[in-house]
Amino acid sequence: MSDLATALDGASFDGLVKVEELHAQGMITLRGDFGDPGFVTAVTGVAEVSMPGQRGAIVDGRRGLLWMSPDELLLLCTYAEAPILAAKLDAALAGQHCLVANVSDARACFTLNGAYTREVLAKLAPVDMSRDSFGPGEVRRTRLAQVAAAFWLTSDDGAQIVCFRSVAEYVFNLLKAASAPGSEVDFL
Amino acid sequence: MSTRLAKAGRLIDRSKTVNFSFDGKRFTGHQGDTLASALLANNQMMVGRSFKYHRPRGIVASGAEEPNALVNLGTDTHHEPNQRATTTELFDGLTATPQNVWPSLDFDIGAVNSYASRLLTAGFYYKMFMYPRAFWKHVYEPFIRQSAGLGKAPAPETRDPDTYEHFYAFVDVLVIGGGVAGLQAAKTAGETGAKVLLIEQTPDWGGRTMVDGGEIDGMSAEDWVKATLQTLENMSNVTLRTRLMGAGVYDHGYVLGYERLTDHAPNAQGPRHRLWRIRAKQTITATGAIERPLSFAGNDVPGVMLASAVRDYAVNYGVSLGDRTVVVTNNDDAYRTAITLKKAGLDVPMIVDARDAGGGTLMDEALALGIRVETGCGIAKLHGKKRVTSVDICKQAGEGAMLWNVECDAVAMSGGWSPVVHLWSHCGGKLTWDETQAFFRPDPTRAPKGDDGNAFVQVAGSANGEMHLSNILQDAGNVGEISAKVAGATGSASAISVANVQSEAPMQPVWLMPQGARYGLRLKAWLDFQNDVKVSDVQLAAHEGYESVEHTKRYTTLGMATDQGKLSNINGLATLSNALGEDIPQVGTTTFRPPYTPISMGAIAGEARGEIFQPIRKTPMHDWHETNGAHWEPVGHWRRPYAFVKTGETVKQAVHREVLATRNSLGLLDASTLGKVIVKGPDAGKFMDMMYTNMMSNLKVGKCRYGLMCSENGFLSDDGVVARIDDDTWLCHTTTGGADRIHAHMEEWLQTEWWDWKVYTANITEQLAQVAVVGPNARKVLEKLGGMDVSKEALPFMEWRDGELAGFPVRAYRISFSGELSYEIAVPANLGRAFWDKLLEAGAEFDVTPYGTECLHIMRAEKGFIMIGDETDGTIIPQDLGLNWAISKKKEDFLGKRAQQRSHMTDPKRWKLVGLETVDGSVLPDGAYAVAEGSNANGQRNTQGRVTSTYHSPTLDKGIAMGLVLNGPDRMGEVIDFAEADGETMIKAKIVSPVFYDPEGEKQNV
Repeated sequence: MSDLATALDGASFDGLVKVEELHAQGMITLRGDFGDPGFVTAVTGVAEVSMPGQRGAIVDGRRGLLWMSPDELLLLCTYAEAPILAAKLDAALAGQHCLVANVSDARACFTLNGAYTREVLAKLAPVDMSRDSFGPGEVRRTRLAQVAAAFWLTSDDGAQIVCFRSVAEYVFNLLKAASAPGSEVDFL
Repeated sequence: MSTRLAKAGRLIDRSKTVNFSFDGKRFTGHQGDTLASALLANNQMMVGRSFKYHRPRGIVASGAEEPNALVNLGTDTHHEPNQRATTTELFDGLTATPQNVWPSLDFDIGAVNSYASRLLTAGFYYKMFMYPRAFWKHVYEPFIRQSAGLGKAPAPETRDPDTYEHFYAFVDVLVIGGGVAGLQAAKTAGETGAKVLLIEQTPDWGGRTMVDGGEIDGMSAEDWVKATLQTLENMSNVTLRTRLMGAGVYDHGYVLGYERLTDHAPNAQGPRHRLWRIRAKQTITATGAIERPLSFAGNDVPGVMLASAVRDYAVNYGVSLGDRTVVVTNNDDAYRTAITLKKAGLDVPMIVDARDAGGGTLMDEALALGIRVETGCGIAKLHGKKRVTSVDICKQAGEGAMLWNVECDAVAMSGGWSPVVHLWSHCGGKLTWDETQAFFRPDPTRAPKGDDGNAFVQVAGSANGEMHLSNILQDAGNVGEISAKVAGATGSASAISVANVQSEAPMQPVWLMPQGARYGLRLKAWLDFQNDVKVSDVQLAAHEGYESVEHTKRYTTLGMATDQGKLSNINGLATLSNALGEDIPQVGTTTFRPPYTPISMGAIAGEARGEIFQPIRKTPMHDWHETNGAHWEPVGHWRRPYAFVKTGETVKQAVHREVLATRNSLGLLDASTLGKVIVKGPDAGKFMDMMYTNMMSNLKVGKCRYGLMCSENGFLSDDGVVARIDDDTWLCHTTTGGADRIHAHMEEWLQTEWWDWKVYTANITEQLAQVAVVGPNARKVLEKLGGMDVSKEALPFMEWRDGELAGFPVRAYRISFSGELSYEIAVPANLGRAFWDKLLEAGAEFDVTPYGTECLHIMRAEKGFIMIGDETDGTIIPQDLGLNWAISKKKEDFLGKRAQQRSHMTDPKRWKLVGLETVDGSVLPDGAYAVAEGSNANGQRNTQGRVTSTYHSPTLDKGIAMGLVLNGPDRMGEVIDFAEADGETMIKAKIVSPVFYDPEGEKQNV
């Protein structure tokens, strides 16, 4: 839809890393019993990616499943797909105790790319960003300075961040400050 | 005079000249100098005035322990007080001014205090300025503020132009201190495979050993440090950082590091300071030791310096403190200073050794160099005011009778060493008194312990009380290996380095020089240079009954302020214990608290300043509001428009206009901030009935109901409209500020109490932009947008429907917080702005008026609707507000039910909600109290009610208010008095129904 406007309209910044707001990311919150094979089958069937383990992030192209808590997943898809997949999930999970909510509009997403991606995040999140502790395939639900956020590595030097839409500008400015030229830590 | 020597200075680059100024005078130094060494090289011996007596003070130390050389550094926006000259690296253009001087460093009016020093004893302020009480604020305090104190605070409107940041680091072993102990510990730990971070507060590695020398593994100490650094740099699991101080050690292996990145290079890019927030499995503190001064009369006169510092300046910076230096000591180490000076071609007229037997091999070396050594002696008194001119030598055992007067221009003193135990102690590490070496050292059996009951801090080297190089290395190696193993490393380390050092004779504790010094001498024997505390002050405190070292600290100010007694602590408590006739360990130390040395406020704040000081939450329509005159109101972290102010309008006029336009035609409110929480599951109905006071399980799909939520204590917590979405799904609207809180409240009950109930919740507040379309023309504008049927029949009051409007996917609610015909339309947030624009376009013909929170408040007050936070304050139950209709009597239980049955909650004397109308039509002051007859036990006027909301109603053109009044609902029509803020002026107001506007509700139900 042409009227679509994300929080920052795709803002970007080039510093220690390249920071970009993703134009639109489809996201569906899923809550259910991971121990129930019926739930897992229905979810992985619709998502077309496999079930992540604890703190896992299985992202395959446009689709992904992120482990958000022992009973919560975040499904990634294109923005346009989100309402369709949400309806499919509702149908596939009919009769099961679960919750499906399209939250694509509730969030803002950013990508970080560059050799200092880990260090930029380590300035804002109390997370061990070293290579032997955190790598692609894992998601962290944490905070960036004063607001809640989640992120996962898209490559060894790239990351995607999800935060609430209302604080998109704050998070973008945080990322700008943390990737200001000259602020390399060179620890990670 | 102090000057630059022709040779030596391992840290300076003589080919590079650096310009700087101090006290308005221009000087030059060399690259590698500290401000202190550069000042000394320029014979600027005096650097400030003391705190109380304004006595001339010179540099005493060469590192973080320096108490005197505190300067105002920089100018204008870069101005920063209390910067230590000894840890300030010199850079081109550095500007510093002395502190606590007036009118000038050289001639200071406050120095008259010195003549009154017999009066300005410990506790002087407490004793003197007690009475008359009013004098404190207006006479004493302003005077003391002028005369006492350290640096100048920056001007209030100054904004620091530098940037700061935090950094989270996780390591197996953190080693604090880059001397030989730290290097050895890091090397051993690194070799076992542990991930090691080694940090050093200065720019240079090797610590004291670089000055004191020694032989390690058959090479010079300097070469060993170089080689070890090389080894460490080649290890991929080891990180080395200089200019990074271990500031504090906290629970769970959390350590704060303070990195000074551009203090020495102010024009460099990047943050000025970085606060490292480190999680270490094990922390090794290899923080070295600090030399203690000796307490003799005049030991604070410029030209008296710690012996080790005299040596540091000579070796590191090629600076001599004076031509003729008397060395006074109670241990062998100070002989190194005499030997160093002598070898540099300077004169050492005498080494005054308090020990009867003198020293060991170092003394022999000094004697061989032709230096006169007098044992069993001390300094009775020092001559000179702004500079030492001579010293009187006496027997240490006596009362101070002069044996010789020795002319000199510098005195190097050493009272022994104290391990830097601060970081060990921060998180509970205990100390033990070492009788032989006369210092407190860490007690390894009482270490700071982690959650597993094991020590998470280890100490290495001289910080651990090991004072000889060979022992230091052995200790550090052992500790490095233990820490790495505890942290999980499994590799094996190479052999620990071995040092070859001269043996030293034992030191002898000297707490006062001479030991029987008479009062007049004790009155001039300083313990704490920074706070002007003398031996006589501590003795007086003991005499007056102060037994606890903590109380004595506060009474005398010993060990306070920016240096926290790094030099004075041990001497002070030894003096106290002598005065009390107790042993030193019985008296104990004061508490060591972080940070080790002061860290900048900027580093603590990190990135949180300017536009990212705090998150500001913005709705999808925020930008429109911004460009259309929004007068903002903070609501939680949101900014909501209070009113949209047009050119030429006051805020009040804008609110007035918005109310009338909405009541008469069409208003729009950005309601996106209201909380929206989905509750879903087979047990959701049961859960909803527990959460809300009213029945929610029987709400029909497609319908809405207003509900109240209480805490388990019965108090009203939140309110909002609940919509039944499908058989097992409810959507709860919360207040703007309540969204996260209520979601957390629900999750808490589900996770802790009703964990077996099949209910899931999701906070989808930000998924939707929501617009309230309000006023008699609300339906017309929606019909104009086209799409779903919004007629009374298709979408009755208190119902909702999904559909489309102008092509937007919407959920439309027929709910009203204004009393008008009203819809709330929810659209996906990313379409919010477009939908808002569409409404404005379509509403133009109805004079559509976006309105703010104040208009919302007035319209709800006109209707008698309560507002969480206005009518409630955490002590109000729904019954107080006449909301009994919303409290189910059928339900067996809900949160708050039991509490609301308690006697105080059912007390008929609880104030109840009523409407209030002033007799003269004016607006009651917010929060005003209704007065009652008589006064209470405290002599305060009795009250019988208070105003909770008060506005001028544009609709009714008079003041309206809501309030809680004793027996209010039974007193309709009665006129009571409300007091103005002065407590005297009374305003008469009539008790009326809180519903001022359309009591039958006809307008909202059309």
